[in-house]
Amino acid sequence: MQKIGVFVCWCGSNIAATVDVKAVAQALKNEAGVVFSTDYQYMCSENGQAMIRQAIKEHQLTGIVVCSCSPRMHEATFRKTAVSAGLNPYMVEIANIREQCSWIHKDIAEGTEKAIVLARAAVAKLHKNAPLTAGTSPVTKRALVIGGGIAGIQTALDVADAGFEVDIVEKSPTIGGRMAQLDKTFPTLDCSACILTPKMVEAAQHEKINIISYAELESLSGFVGNFTATIRKKARFIDEDKCSGCGVCTEKCPSRKGLDEFNMKLNKRGAVYIPFAQAIPNVAVIDAEQCLHFRTGKCGLCQKNCSAGAIDFEQKDQLIERKYGAIVVATGFKPIDASAFNEYAYNDSPDVVTSLEFERIMNAAGPTKGQLIRPSDLKHPHEIVVIQCVGSRCTEDKEKGKPYCSKICCMYTAKHAMLVREKYPDVKVHVFYIDARTPGKNFDEFYRRAVEQYDVDYIKGMVGKVAVEGDKLHVQGSDLLNGEQVHINADMVVLATAIEPDPTARSLGTMLTASMDTNDFFTEAHPKLRPVESPPAGIFLSGVAQGPKDIPETVAQAGAAAAKVIGLLCKNELTCNACVAQTNEAICNGCSQCEKVCPYGAITYEDKEIRSPEFRGIRRIATVNEAICQGCGACTVTCPSGAMDLKGFTNSQIMSEVDAICR
Amino acid sequence: MNYSYYPGCTLKTKAKELDIYGRLSAAKLGIILEEPEHWQCCGGVYPQGEDEIATRLSSIRALAAAKEKGQDLITLCSACHHVLKRVNNDMKRNATICQRANNYLQLDTPYRGETEVLHYLELLRDRIGFDTLKSAVVNPLKGVNIAAYYGCLLLRPGKEMGFDDPEDPCIIEDFIRALGATPVKYSQRNECCGGYLTLENKGAAQKRAEAILSSAADAGAEMIVTACPLCLYNLKNNAKTKIPVKYFTEVLAEALGVKEEL
Repeated sequence: MQKIGVFVCWCGSNIAATVDVKAVAQALKNEAGVVFSTDYQYMCSENGQAMIRQAIKEHQLTGIVVCSCSPRMHEATFRKTAVSAGLNPYMVEIANIREQCSWIHKDIAEGTEKAIVLARAAVAKLHKNAPLTAGTSPVTKRALVIGGGIAGIQTALDVADAGFEVDIVEKSPTIGGRMAQLDKTFPTLDCSACILTPKMVEAAQHEKINIISYAELESLSGFVGNFTATIRKKARFIDEDKCSGCGVCTEKCPSRKGLDEFNMKLNKRGAVYIPFAQAIPNVAVIDAEQCLHFRTGKCGLCQKNCSAGAIDFEQKDQLIERKYGAIVVATGFKPIDASAFNEYAYNDSPDVVTSLEFERIMNAAGPTKGQLIRPSDLKHPHEIVVIQCVGSRCTEDKEKGKPYCSKICCMYTAKHAMLVREKYPDVKVHVFYIDARTPGKNFDEFYRRAVEQYDVDYIKGMVGKVAVEGDKLHVQGSDLLNGEQVHINADMVVLATAIEPDPTARSLGTMLTASMDTNDFFTEAHPKLRPVESPPAGIFLSGVAQGPKDIPETVAQAGAAAAKVIGLLCKNELTCNACVAQTNEAICNGCSQCEKVCPYGAITYEDKEIRSPEFRGIRRIATVNEAICQGCGACTVTCPSGAMDLKGFTNSQIMSEVDAICR
Repeated sequence: MNYSYYPGCTLKTKAKELDIYGRLSAAKLGIILEEPEHWQCCGGVYPQGEDEIATRLSSIRALAAAKEKGQDLITLCSACHHVLKRVNNDMKRNATICQRANNYLQLDTPYRGETEVLHYLELLRDRIGFDTLKSAVVNPLKGVNIAAYYGCLLLRPGKEMGFDDPEDPCIIEDFIRALGATPVKYSQRNECCGGYLTLENKGAAQKRAEAILSSAADAGAEMIVTACPLCLYNLKNNAKTKIPVKYFTEVLAEALGVKEEL
């Protein structure tokens, strides 16, 4: 029989105004097992806690019920109090008589009655509580960052600077990501490469950072602190250790049909190529689909001309297995495919380009060497129309566009317009917009500058059609402020396309059991309070993989994710959640239902020898990995035989609560 | 193969070519078109109001008649197709309209949108197949540059009509190709011809028609084909630029060798 103490808090007038706290304390005295019951103005205060400690000692209490605010608020506080008086922390129950009672009732009689009922339920549950001990697990002090864009690089640098090993796995042949493709950055118009490449070099030279480029995560097992990852390093047919990045092979390669991915496929590249001048690693890669050697068995010019002997046509994919304590998802984004928007003639005219394509056209290292010329006839355009929200905020047609705002388009469009007007004052720029959304430090000032100083023609309204008429693009749109139709004969049209998560995100999310929203953005553990953590422990989120954001926000979030990783890796061992699921082996029949509903992958099956009066022999039994289990309870309600139970919230404890309430 | 066939009023008067060449071509392709005995005018305009039931009834009668025969219902006029297809969708998807319409009609068995409404072009594409059509052509229109004019009614609303991509359709171009001619793609092929504005605001209708004709002419079209009597009227009469505008069934009959002078 438990010896239970009940402590009713007034919470100033928060509870006491609607609940007769003295009546509650008095009523609870009559409950079985309750040997002490009292009330106090602020139970969480030092005096209140001292009162609890003293009562535990004086009455040799085996458990306490605190009738106060939500357990989210002070459960941890009162558990600590109990521990300091020698109790097991799981022998504390909270009856929430504030959020679930006093705050939502006006009538004192009703409030008091409900508070008594809630307290009785807590007492009934406490009778069945058992002391719980949380297990521990060791921590592998190495982090895996998936994605080598600015988000991944920043997280890796911050974690490595704290002294931990970091591996960056990047799917393309170089790190740098989308930011490397940008010409200038808003709102300062500084050169993107100039601020990014030093970070890339820093990552490459950091003794704690290991860059695994042209590689993807193949599989992942384990749990927080103890992940085992298998990484597939794709064959690039170049020995990375030997290649000096001299580029002779790229000049000698006779194939010129490959499309340059870095330049958004606006120009051709050789079958052996280095993505861009500042690529890291500065090592060539062979595109086997384009390479004449792979297609015909002949050629081999690159091999003959490579003085380092780095070309290796026999190279195979390589599997790397490594242990990690933490994993950071930094898989970034891609612009959506604009070909679904043929009302804007994207498929019909090369002079209709997406904003990222335009970014490459404006870039000095791009396909036009930074000259603003039309892809179709290489002529200088005199009139450019930018259409914003192409595929963003598109709730009507979900197959075509995205329901969300891509967040960065208003700003990069203002940037594009300004860059054009600055360099070519003869070019007229019209921008069709639904709303100009420019919250952010110095963002609205930037946009205003485009309108006021650079005389960019902002038209509120959308474009209905872009028609190719001869060498002109006839743009028909509506000007909602003037209430009239607008017809513009443009030379170029730029589509500010929505951004979407990288296509690898979905399969990665499945592999990590990390939850995603309907748009394939990774969801955070709490939208406000845990924004850089994924629900499964040990998985962290960095950059646009979690939702659209600009560079400053991405870098800030990358640093936040790094702080969380460091916080995890600096521990030698992790205390697990004590309230985890457990299997009653005598009843479990290994039906696999619990495994299917477990969002964390905490349940596996083992063949175990069972010796019970009903059954002797080997049976498939569910086992819970306590380090992974988050105690959500999904398995306990799914189990058809009632074999799954959640420690601290067992079926019998919950039934006792219900019985007490219904009594 | 037998189909129910809803010609509509205009095809009996102003647009006889659309109807007659459609029938001749169908016969050549082994398609038997059965005209329901008592069909009535579809109204010409789809009633937008959900509570407007009476104007839907004539369409539903034709749809129910086709259901009785167990046949798909073939349409030819764009406007009729638009009305019949959307009314049929209402009967399938909108329980209130369906019930109220059936209350009026008092059919032996209530009609719930069971009939499939197919435009003649869909019949060619989805049932006969453009490849089969191609092999049935005896008089290929080699070297003729034909521009397709879709108009609005066949394409929009895109999801509801389910005819083709409203922004980038290809069915009439594929049809033209099957006849051995060369399709001409131009930007205005899926834009409005001006429609009934030709009565109330001639200037606006003329502007639209001219935009379409000149765009087609610039793209090198020698002829324009359409499925819509009103579009044909507007394109013929409201533009300064002159290119022959014909019903698609007329070039079909010509290619199949069944064209008679009317």
